[in-house]
Amino acid sequence: MIHFVLHDARDTVAVVVVEGVKAGAELNGWVMDDDRRVNLVARQDIPIGHKIALTDMAVGATVLKYGIDIGKVVAPIRAGQHAHVHNIKTKRW
Amino acid sequence: MIDKDTTFLGYRRENGRVGVRNHVIVLPLDDLSNAAAEAVAHNIKGTLAIPHPYGRLQFGADLELHFRTLIGTGCNPNVAAVVVIGIEDSWTKKVVDGIAATGKPVSGFGIEGHGDHETIKRASQAAREYVQWASEKQRERCAIDELWVSTKCGESDTTSGCGSNPTVGNAFDKLHALGNYLCFGETTELTGGEHIVAQRCASDAVREKFMFMFNRYQEVIERHKTSDLSDSQPTKGNIAGGLTTIEEKALGNIQKIGKRCTVDGVIDKAEMPTHPGLWFMDSSSAAAEMVTLCAASGYAVHFFPTGQGNVIGNPILPVIKICANPRTVRLMSEHIDVDTSGLLQREITLDQAGDRLLEAMLRTANGRLTAAEALGHREFVLTRLYESA
Repeated sequence: MIHFVLHDARDTVAVVVVEGVKAGAELNGWVMDDDRRVNLVARQDIPIGHKIALTDMAVGATVLKYGIDIGKVVAPIRAGQHAHVHNIKTKRW
Repeated sequence: MIDKDTTFLGYRRENGRVGVRNHVIVLPLDDLSNAAAEAVAHNIKGTLAIPHPYGRLQFGADLELHFRTLIGTGCNPNVAAVVVIGIEDSWTKKVVDGIAATGKPVSGFGIEGHGDHETIKRASQAAREYVQWASEKQRERCAIDELWVSTKCGESDTTSGCGSNPTVGNAFDKLHALGNYLCFGETTELTGGEHIVAQRCASDAVREKFMFMFNRYQEVIERHKTSDLSDSQPTKGNIAGGLTTIEEKALGNIQKIGKRCTVDGVIDKAEMPTHPGLWFMDSSSAAAEMVTLCAASGYAVHFFPTGQGNVIGNPILPVIKICANPRTVRLMSEHIDVDTSGLLQREITLDQAGDRLLEAMLRTANGRLTAAEALGHREFVLTRLYESA
């Protein structure tokens, strides 16, 4: 079972692709671009389609997905936590 | 799955274009003519009215776009013949003349001086003749590169960028190599990834035109925004699905143009492309607006990847839904034509997913109804540029 996927090995967030991920769960991840497996423990419940942080990130840090800048951190994030609009925001608009 | 010898069964029109449906449409010029158009379609079985709320007191570029969209809809090769009804004769004639350039049967009827009853009677006579004539049209074998294919995604979530959009990209890479006419757009939803599209442009001239269109839309956003676009880009549905920023949405969106396609041309809304290849059309990212514009530009089949489950269809353009979110596939299966959720469990490769979509495309082109067609989704939404006079 693959629990989360990421596109690029540099990504700092990944996408949960199964329903029912709970805090404390040991998760299997798949790096799509180089077909490699990674593992991570969820620190929070994360809904399907939502992102899990792969590393600790401080406020102001750039978030990478697809290996590309998708926004900035606006509240501290720890690896395994839910990464979404409450802690990440666009740099535009 | 497909090569240059692949064929499908389509309807060849008078101007040589190939359609995959054989609609006789009753097209109102304006809001006032919807009642008569719907009455005609009710009278004459097998015809299809396409009501809409606009067409009065528009002016300038907005009026030109109105005419271009209606004429383009009538010209689409999925349409066999057209009855146009308008409140008065001169603008009605303008749409009729635009459609007549294709050589297909078209007649126009003005309501003023006649009233609805008389107009419905006369228009019904024309519609009956057209639908009986069209019903004898036979499908014939056509080359794969005669199929024009457009794409636009909707109710995207993170699975769109991982699964359904790359599936479209894989299919587009294969179709592009065969010389098909292809189209993508959604100008604001490229924000944060516009440099990637610019890099993919086939020439400096195409790149300049793309950046002109991109910047023009950014100026519209700047002029009208109240705070930022966080409440509408990403949409509430996108955010519920896990998409956080416009950049993330855009990077997922761009997966639809594959890994190898070049962007070969740029068109304004509802303009018709002039040579094979992948075209960028400046357009809204609202699903029904964009798909309506694709139909008006002449596209015959549409790829619509979705994450959270957008249910859109179009009156004349078959919309094929692709989804990689296993939850959406489970909860909304009646809307999904191609399930690519296996991609995210590494059960199928991207190449296999692309081939599944191409197989669905060929079956749709040969006549199989899409989920949206079977469910009666006929969203037809005209893009407006500004207020009426």
